[in-house]
Amino acid sequence: MKKKTTPFGVFAIVILSVLTILFVFPFYWIMTGSFKSQADAVKQPPQWWPQNPTLENYEKLLVQNPAGQWLFNSVLICLVTMLLVCVTSSLAGYVLAKKRFYGQALLFSVFIVAMALPKQVILVPLVRMISGMQMHDTLWAVILPLIGWPFGVFLMKQFSENIPTELLESAKIDGCNELRTFISIAFPIVKPGFAALAIFTFINTWNDYFMQLVMLASRKNLTISLGVATLQAELSTNYGLIMAGAALAAVPIVTVFLVFQKSFTQGITMGAVKG
Amino acid sequence: MSKTNKIRMRETVISYIFLAPVLFFFIVFVLVPMGMGVVTSFFNYTMQDFTFIGIDNYIRMFQDPVFGKSLKNTLIIVVGSVPIVVAFALFVASQTYERNAFTRSFFRCVFFLPVVTGTVAVTVVWKWIYDPLSGIMNYVLNDTLGIIERDIMWLGDKKYALISIIIILLTTAVGQPIILYIASMGNIDKSLVEAAEVDGANKFQVFWSIKWPSLLPTTLYIVVITTINSFQCFSLIQLLTSGGPNYATTTLMYYLYEKAFKLSEYGYANTIGVFLAIMIGLISFIQFKLLGNDVEY
Repeated sequence: MKKKTTPFGVFAIVILSVLTILFVFPFYWIMTGSFKSQADAVKQPPQWWPQNPTLENYEKLLVQNPAGQWLFNSVLICLVTMLLVCVTSSLAGYVLAKKRFYGQALLFSVFIVAMALPKQVILVPLVRMISGMQMHDTLWAVILPLIGWPFGVFLMKQFSENIPTELLESAKIDGCNELRTFISIAFPIVKPGFAALAIFTFINTWNDYFMQLVMLASRKNLTISLGVATLQAELSTNYGLIMAGAALAAVPIVTVFLVFQKSFTQGITMGAVKG
Repeated sequence: MSKTNKIRMRETVISYIFLAPVLFFFIVFVLVPMGMGVVTSFFNYTMQDFTFIGIDNYIRMFQDPVFGKSLKNTLIIVVGSVPIVVAFALFVASQTYERNAFTRSFFRCVFFLPVVTGTVAVTVVWKWIYDPLSGIMNYVLNDTLGIIERDIMWLGDKKYALISIIIILLTTAVGQPIILYIASMGNIDKSLVEAAEVDGANKFQVFWSIKWPSLLPTTLYIVVITTINSFQCFSLIQLLTSGGPNYATTTLMYYLYEKAFKLSEYGYANTIGVFLAIMIGLISFIQFKLLGNDVEY
């Protein structure tokens, strides 16, 4: 395909480059800032590159603050949520796509409507309920409410539509029971969906600040995002230290994203409701 | 019972066994709290009190000046961000979708980076960028470029606070729409575009009569999710301004949070929640009706 470089084309490339710099800059500023001492961080003119790089911010975070524990909590919450969401959603998505049962249409519409409902709106009653269950300020308080969220069901239904019905029927004729059919016939086919959902859930849970904020309280139970937010409230102008915290929160999840980018993109595009 | 009915009955039992785990969590942690939220919005529900007061919370809400201000701020955020997000995402996607796979995935990553970095990390770095004394915003705009005459309190001045927040919101809102547009532009029938070009249609005509109609379902979805997300703008407010100065940046979601978790006015907070849910539902419905007229599903 031939491409002429039009004035608009040149203009577009310039704009794209400027935007790229603007969008990458905050991340760059977090990373470089995390190696600046407090004095260097507030200097004007700003240091575009840390002139006296130091590890003192990370040391303060990990020694004087339980940032290691916060990271561990974040990873644990994300892994457990991811596992539970993926297993429950793929079971549900499979039957919604491949079975004909009473109440199916109604159930599916309820899921779709609930998906549009902002989670934050039910957060107040949810927190009261979780407190009533004696689970407030535990990691379960963050995990359990995320499992019933219907996005995963919808995504897995989309992927399950690809399972050939003949394959399921021949498995039945061969005497496979339902669970066996699901595991050995359906699951291998929906595996890309499973991966997409896993990565999607992991990233969303990691960054689900509001839920963590209202569910967790004591210092040792915080997640890394919530921990950084707490530090910011306590020492708002120690930017070097805050940036080191932001780096600890961002680097693991950005790495996960870059590694699994393809699965993630697939999850986003397949999850778009167009039907 | 006929044979088909029997089979269907059996399928139903099996299906509900497969659905049971999700349904359990969905009912306990989504439906029940939703019901509780609606019911308690009719109660004076605080730490000490739980009495039925009918629609008093709703009356109070519509007479509450802070609620009015929050509603206004929320609408400004929605109206200010949705068209920009759509235009921006269309521009970036149309400039990148025809390039090679590496370039495409490079730009996807660039514009998705602020989303993945996470609200808290993004917000704290912007707080530093906006810092009137040691932030880079004033340095670049005042000392380097000379666009502004004196340093600005970006988050402390009620003239600039909301717009400063919208800018951060925009950087975290365009990632997903760009991914969706790139995918959907890749699906446009190329032969149609080429046929139109052979017939002498210019770029604008090609875009308007061929590409745009096929992008409509994606656009609709993007408009709806961006509206919903903008309506729920919370973390930025809580971390940057706590709704100030003088409620200039309080959004509905932040006001709800303040009422529920700072002042323990659960009933009133739930009233705001119900209002928010109805607003979001209505607006999504209207958008579907308006934009969805000639969209096939």
